[in-house]
Amino acid sequence: MDKKHEEEARSLLPPGSLSRREFLRLAGAAGATVGLGAGLGGFIAGCGGEEAATTTAPGDTTAGGATGRAIKIGFVTPLTGPIAGFGEADTFCIEEWKAAAPTVQIGGTIHPITLVVSDSQSDPNRAAQVAGDLINNDKIDLMLVASTPDTVNPVADQCEANGVPCISNDTPWQPFFFGRGGDPAVGFKWTYHFFWGLEDVIVNFTDMWKSVGANSAGAMWPNDPDGNAWADDQTGFPRALAEQGFTLVDPGRYQQLTEDFSAQIARFKQANCDILTGVMIPPDFANFWKQAAQQGFKPKIASVGKGLLFPSSMEALGDIGYGLTTEVWWTPAHPFTSSLTGESCAAIAAKYEEKTGKQWTQPLLHYAVYEVAINALQRTADIDDKEAIVEAIKTTKMDTLAGPVDWSTGPVPNVSKTPLVGGQWVKGEKYPYDLVVVNNSIAPMVPLGGEVQPLS
Amino acid sequence: MTWVNVVIQGVLLGGLYALYATGLSLVFGVMRLVNLAHGDLSIMGAFACLVLVGILDVNPLLSLVLVLPMIFVVGYLLQRLMLNFTLKGDDMRPLLATFGLSVIIQNGLLVGFSADSRGLDAGWIENASLSLGGGLAVGWFPLLTLVVAILVIVLLNSFLTRTRLGRAFRATSDDQEAARLMGIDNRHIYALAMGIALGIVALAGVFMGIRTTFTPGIGPARLIFAFEAVIMGGLGSSWGPWRVASHWAWPRRWASSSRRAGESS
Repeated sequence: MDKKHEEEARSLLPPGSLSRREFLRLAGAAGATVGLGAGLGGFIAGCGGEEAATTTAPGDTTAGGATGRAIKIGFVTPLTGPIAGFGEADTFCIEEWKAAAPTVQIGGTIHPITLVVSDSQSDPNRAAQVAGDLINNDKIDLMLVASTPDTVNPVADQCEANGVPCISNDTPWQPFFFGRGGDPAVGFKWTYHFFWGLEDVIVNFTDMWKSVGANSAGAMWPNDPDGNAWADDQTGFPRALAEQGFTLVDPGRYQQLTEDFSAQIARFKQANCDILTGVMIPPDFANFWKQAAQQGFKPKIASVGKGLLFPSSMEALGDIGYGLTTEVWWTPAHPFTSSLTGESCAAIAAKYEEKTGKQWTQPLLHYAVYEVAINALQRTADIDDKEAIVEAIKTTKMDTLAGPVDWSTGPVPNVSKTPLVGGQWVKGEKYPYDLVVVNNSIAPMVPLGGEVQPLS
Repeated sequence: MTWVNVVIQGVLLGGLYALYATGLSLVFGVMRLVNLAHGDLSIMGAFACLVLVGILDVNPLLSLVLVLPMIFVVGYLLQRLMLNFTLKGDDMRPLLATFGLSVIIQNGLLVGFSADSRGLDAGWIENASLSLGGGLAVGWFPLLTLVVAILVIVLLNSFLTRTRLGRAFRATSDDQEAARLMGIDNRHIYALAMGIALGIVALAGVFMGIRTTFTPGIGPARLIFAFEAVIMGGLGSSWGPWRVASHWAWPRRWASSSRRAGESS
């Protein structure tokens, strides 16, 4: 009887088709592949978190005052993955933080600080996940985060949803605020950010173009959040350029990692563009710029965002990178000092170069998130009340390594602006490339290192 | 003139995609193995070249003389010591194994070389071009890429069709059991195929490294292009990927040369 039933069941399947069992097996394996990726990532990040938690700096109990409970601060950073270049200086910053301020004094009580570091692996979903872990499992008192909207936004969203104070930088303020659905009339309750915005890039770029007498811009804006924001008719470059009398050639959004840019180059040549601008990732810019040289497109000035931030990216470009201009958020020449140690920007940069053997890099500005955290904690009325912590953050008025931070002066609530200048990459003495500040029209406190030189 | 430029640049671009795709296609053709670590292995080739250039201070193109045999050995051993064991039974095993390999290579490179962008400096050839008149110019380097790609495909094709070993490759691909009965050691054949495939992949990686910059994590994004070309050109076909790559490059380029592209996005 049983055998007959089985045969009947089998005959229901059309001959040659994938059996149900086989289908389930394949589907299961495919699921496992995906699951394994996430699982493995979790495992690695878990290890990182554990390690950070166990190597906590011991509380400094020699000073006067009672010792309070440990305060846990979470820090999410892309240590691995495609945007790891932004997190590269964070390992150095974490060491500096631990050395400079292992404890914080709040109302006469000294609290040791436990810093819990999690790797976002450059993945926004992963960043949200590790932020959730820090909040729910590690029970952190305060979150710090930096390194592009891919890291800052998901972490800030988690903090906003779970009611944990969060201090962040290194993301233009528009994606931080509007990208998370912020309403200028209301703002956010838990998340506070300090950095510059797209309007500052526009001023710096156009001022540099004016100083070399160029007026026709060719734009390379990719089809990604940055590219679309820069190309936005109202809030991006097109309107500002039209108002200032520049002509603009926009060949449309391109796909990132496109291998061939000859169509765009032909358009720029045809229109006699003497300016190249855009917001390109390093491999795209390298590809574009070499093809431009091959095809004979030689603008007077090239100002490109995002792809020309790090000296390592410039070295990878080779000799064709000299004379390129970019937005600059931080240099050793900035006239700011650390509120933790009193060290100047130049001193911090020199220390970084000595410790890591690498040239200084702009993400050293992440250092300032911890400065703000310590400053706010010191002013917190009740450390066990997160609302009190956020109240202290909100009323911050201080000078940091990144410049003054004051949330009462921002363009929208929860945002404080840091100075942005324009810089040009020139032949260096100690390293192949040096970044020289050539425009400080909206941040006159930053000293100029030279004048803009047109591309030869 | 625009359309002439589109056609020329499309064909040149096809050369690069063909280099990406040929190794993947060969491995699938011979042993039905989909190599998910393909992109990462090409990046590994570029890093190997970077190290050699750093030590020997030679042009990256010259360093290929050493890089290719090295990567061939890596490929041979990889297949012999690891991937051959995944080919028995379940179809998903090689996928899982190469997926894991991809994660290991990316993170290994990140630990060894940090997340910095790197580039290979091949000197004047990178930026020089041949003027064809009428505003048309052909870069020497894209031209070299195309020539090398065609050379690789021609050599691979004649190897597969004209030599004894090539026959063994095809025999193993057609019917593994029968080939073994004829005295062919399929494990050795598979390992040779992987060695050759990785050699081509590393070649693609080095050309990519000269053309633009690379980071340890960029492999998977590059793999996508190889997959597209291989699937559309027919898995296991040697000319298919190039044909597809150049045909497929044209519409992409039409799109970016027309004004509508900007408005529709």
